[in-house]
Amino acid sequence: MTAKADGPVTAELEARAEKAESRRGLFLALPSYIYLLFLFALPLVIIGVYSFASRSRTGMPKLEAWNLDSITKLFTDDLVRSIFARSLIVAVLTTTFCLLVGYPFAYYIATRSEKMRNLLLVFVMIPFWTNFLVRTYAWRVLLGEDGLITELGRFLNLWDSMLFTLPAVYIGLIYGFLPFMVLPLYAAIERLDWSLIEAARDLYASGWEAFRKVTLPLTKQGIIAGSILVFIPSLGAYVTPDILGGAKTTLIGNYVVNQFLTARNWPLGSSVSMAIMVVMLIATIWYFRSGAKTL
Amino acid sequence: MTTPAVGIRGVTKRFGDVVAVDNIDLDITDGEFFSLLGPSGCGKTTTLRMIAGLEYPTEGSITIHGEEMGLRPPNKRPVNTVFQSYALFPHMTVAGNVAFGLQMQKISEDETNRRVGEAIDLVRLSGMENRRPGMLSGGQQQRVALARALVNRPEVLLLDEPLGALDLKLRQAMQLELKEIQREVGITFVYVTHDQEEALTMSDRIAVMNDGQLLQVAPSEEIYERPNTRFVAEFIGETNLITGTVSEPGVVKLEDGSLVRARTHSAAGTAVTLNLRPEKIDLHNTEETIPEHFNKLSGTISRRLYFGDSLFYEVNFGHTIVDAREENRPGRQRFEEGAPIVAAFHPDSAQALTE
Amino acid sequence: MTARQSTTLTRRLDRFLTGHAWLVYLFFYLPILVLIVFSFNESRFFTWEALSLRWYRQMFANDNLMAALWVSLQVATISTIVSTVLGTAAALALERYKRWLGKRTFDALLYLPVIIPDVTMAAMLLVFFTSLGQQLSITTIVLSHIAFNISFVSIVVRARLANLDPSLEEAAADLYAGRWQAFRKVTLPLIMPGVLGGALLALTLSLDDVVITQFVKGPDTLPTFVFGLIKRGVTPEINAVSTLMLTASVVLVLSSLALQRKK
Repeated sequence: MTAKADGPVTAELEARAEKAESRRGLFLALPSYIYLLFLFALPLVIIGVYSFASRSRTGMPKLEAWNLDSITKLFTDDLVRSIFARSLIVAVLTTTFCLLVGYPFAYYIATRSEKMRNLLLVFVMIPFWTNFLVRTYAWRVLLGEDGLITELGRFLNLWDSMLFTLPAVYIGLIYGFLPFMVLPLYAAIERLDWSLIEAARDLYASGWEAFRKVTLPLTKQGIIAGSILVFIPSLGAYVTPDILGGAKTTLIGNYVVNQFLTARNWPLGSSVSMAIMVVMLIATIWYFRSGAKTL
Repeated sequence: MTTPAVGIRGVTKRFGDVVAVDNIDLDITDGEFFSLLGPSGCGKTTTLRMIAGLEYPTEGSITIHGEEMGLRPPNKRPVNTVFQSYALFPHMTVAGNVAFGLQMQKISEDETNRRVGEAIDLVRLSGMENRRPGMLSGGQQQRVALARALVNRPEVLLLDEPLGALDLKLRQAMQLELKEIQREVGITFVYVTHDQEEALTMSDRIAVMNDGQLLQVAPSEEIYERPNTRFVAEFIGETNLITGTVSEPGVVKLEDGSLVRARTHSAAGTAVTLNLRPEKIDLHNTEETIPEHFNKLSGTISRRLYFGDSLFYEVNFGHTIVDAREENRPGRQRFEEGAPIVAAFHPDSAQALTE
Repeated sequence: MTARQSTTLTRRLDRFLTGHAWLVYLFFYLPILVLIVFSFNESRFFTWEALSLRWYRQMFANDNLMAALWVSLQVATISTIVSTVLGTAAALALERYKRWLGKRTFDALLYLPVIIPDVTMAAMLLVFFTSLGQQLSITTIVLSHIAFNISFVSIVVRARLANLDPSLEEAAADLYAGRWQAFRKVTLPLIMPGVLGGALLALTLSLDDVVITQFVKGPDTLPTFVFGLIKRGVTPEINAVSTLMLTASVVLVLSSLALQRKK
């Protein structure tokens, strides 16, 4: 405090006090600000720069002979294109499945009594927090050569071991990300003012019409939030296709890991991971555009 | 004149481009119950928060008993606040809440305990010391908030619509109790409210605010009987505003040409608005029963509403419609809709306003 | 039937929803249960033989696995503590201070690690450490985990702060508490459930992470070690480790739920 603090306030003094206050805010944020600038923003820039670098014999990028090879490869290389396309399809279908399974499920929970709701919700939270690797591994056991699901399929004469195929990857992804869909959907449906549906019914809407014209539009936020939360990790999935999929089911996440850890083509790996991020950013911006404030 | 408890000189508060408080001057006398009254967004709460130090003025001076507050933070000001939401600490007991201010001031444990006990007695919450705020009713929470502030013996107690969250009956009871407590402790109360009835009942003086400005600062009765602007007249209670022109000193000519005697100091030719409260108007069948010096205007009843304790008439005078209220007492004559009547009012009851 | 059901659901629809919900719960829990059951099986194969702790003994005798567990615990503890402190300070700065230099940029920067795909973040951090010439080690794992955990902690704490009536802190200041006292006596105790909830989330994420750790690791953490084992094939020993990790997860969820109850 300055000696003048006890004099009448002038505009200048007040501005100074406000500045001191804003410095305190910055001071509190500063450690994490600096941390994220160095360990997030800077790496992001570097990886962007590396997308234009060329590859040395050892696999490390050479910061010279800048070129667009790694970028153009995204659009011209058949392998990259097919993997990217497959990943997009997998992500979209996974999201759709999760929505179709998750909506009635969330609706069921939201329409129970309060006590029941909380209990049912706990049993959604448990898989949500449970170790992802372990949950994926569990399916490797079930879908394996002598796994329970495989035995069931043989007994019904419908399927054999699905391990290392695309269906196994879908099962793993849906299993992994369904809770991400259910929780925002539940939050949206639970918030619903049920008298609105009664009003719709009172105004001659059938059950289905009331759902389509009232419930669905009012829970749109939850649908979009859940879809984003499933779409993003599905698009970048690595663990699930790696454990449950095979060579023919490589997704873009595996491809990136390969470029960095095995093939040692860092410029290509960089450009592909930037591409994933761009798709993710577009999806997120679209989400925020649709009127949401937080994830 | 003695030093005011709160002195406000040329205080302005701007939030960005919005002027919340516009260059006000105000003295609040030591020991009085003072209300800041106005519609929401008029700047009354901002004024209170500036006295508390929760907000700093953009410019101007605020003194407490002559001492300049400047940019002093709230914890270094000799005032305490009762918040609108009570702001009781949910993780502390009633006693813990009340003791908080004393502990922060490093007052000895013995004295703290004694004063907390007294404060809890004062607001009649003995036996509730160990409850958590969440387990108390709205009225009880309100008392804890009051005790928590008063226990510090502030030079000025600031109250921000403290009764707003209570239902009507409880609010009325608390109004009386607050007033009593204020007399007992003799501390200056600065009370913010948008409820004019509450302000009239409790206050020694009232400041009416609108758009960041002080319109009138006066004792309750004066605010009601002699408002200085149309805004104050309309905001406090119900009233009729009738346009006219001063024709000679003390006489106003209405739009239809009829003359009425009224309280005015304006020169002839000034356009004025007559402020006439509904309860000051008497309705009669004929002129004969009306005392000589009263104003008389003929009209017809256009509507009658039954309020229980009173009857409410809309009287059509041709050029204007005026509301009149008659107490529902035995023997009082009632008028039917459409009945011709003569309205009478004392010249002192009609006040000519120019602003 | 509750009120909301009777008016909005026909009985047939309700029966469909109930059946569907039970199937979903079965889908959620069957794999986990199978895993747990077979971790106690004497046999190496997926046919029940006898109850046995054989695989648990084998697990605890596996030095590499125990070393990985130790690395995981160190990484999780340090990254949780650091990110909880930094994330809470960031949440306070964003929720309680109106304007400061670069606030909007910071807000966006804080969100990005949450929405960015794991592989991209992993690639970024690997490239960053190598271009600095930093040897990959336990330190790089800790630094990376802090980088994603700060964001999660701050989101949880911010939600708590946003629901905290700001007049409580004003009341503390009005009652003669200085900034630090007001924080210690009022703000901190009241946001504590949020802070602990954020810390538990950070701990869980740190103990769960495979992808980012895989890129920046020196020594293996438990998840990357187990990941390596899984890729080589299914063994009852992995079932045992998995059961252990599941138990840890469930303990963490239940504590976090208990914290949420404390409102």
